[in-house]
Amino acid sequence: MALTLNHFLVIGALLFGFGLLAVVTRRNAVAVLMGIELILNAANLNLVAFGRYVAGNISGQVFSLFVIVLAAAEAAVGLAIILAIYQMLRNIDTSQATTLKE
Amino acid sequence: MQTQFVIFIFLALATLVGAASVALSRNIFWSAMGLLSSLVGVGGMYVLLSADFIAITQVLVYIGGVLVLIIFAVMLTSHIQDINVSNRSMGLAGGFLVFWVVATLLCFVALWTPWKITVVPPVEGTTAAIGNGLLGKWLLPFEIASVVLVATMVGAIVVARKEVKE
Repeated sequence: MALTLNHFLVIGALLFGFGLLAVVTRRNAVAVLMGIELILNAANLNLVAFGRYVAGNISGQVFSLFVIVLAAAEAAVGLAIILAIYQMLRNIDTSQATTLKE
Repeated sequence: MQTQFVIFIFLALATLVGAASVALSRNIFWSAMGLLSSLVGVGGMYVLLSADFIAITQVLVYIGGVLVLIIFAVMLTSHIQDINVSNRSMGLAGGFLVFWVVATLLCFVALWTPWKITVVPPVEGTTAAIGNGLLGKWLLPFEIASVVLVATMVGAIVVARKEVKE
């Protein structure tokens, strides 16, 4: 059985679903960040798969390279914010960080 | 071709089991390990998709950088002995509803859309082509990405440092 585009798209869809599940249900801010990484990975997998099976050139790979760069930047800033919140509130529960509300 | 498919099944299992443990594991450290398994699985799939450079970048940036940062954050922010406290989930039923709706919808769209499949090129290295592209056709986004990285670095340092009280 040969690999086709659909195999990778289904894996990407399930990966996106699990990432969304982590983002929606987790209270720990680090776990929410992990879910975002899963979502970005799912998008990357789809980009590379489409680049190979539909576009037939390397544009999908270059696009996913930029997504990886931005994902690393996002992780660095996100974790810096989480550490700042931890220094202030002594926990990283997303339902506790509500000081901007009032 | 058969071997490729067996490898694909293996990688898919690693990816999805890891992703499930990120979303569902009680222990935040096991979530990080699940993320590792998931990232390795996706990296292997890049190799199957003839994207060797992206696979190496995945290992270097995600596993070597992002995952280590995340594990640092886990260690710095959660007391490792009472690990269950900071990893509760809320609304798991609603979360599963969202998961099923989104995953089913995406699978349905992926399988029923008539994609215009081109002649699939053979599996070969693409590093040279990507290098030429980054210094030619995609030079402007490449340079802008470096500006974004500098801004990110400065921003992360400013946000994370302790305030110096005069």
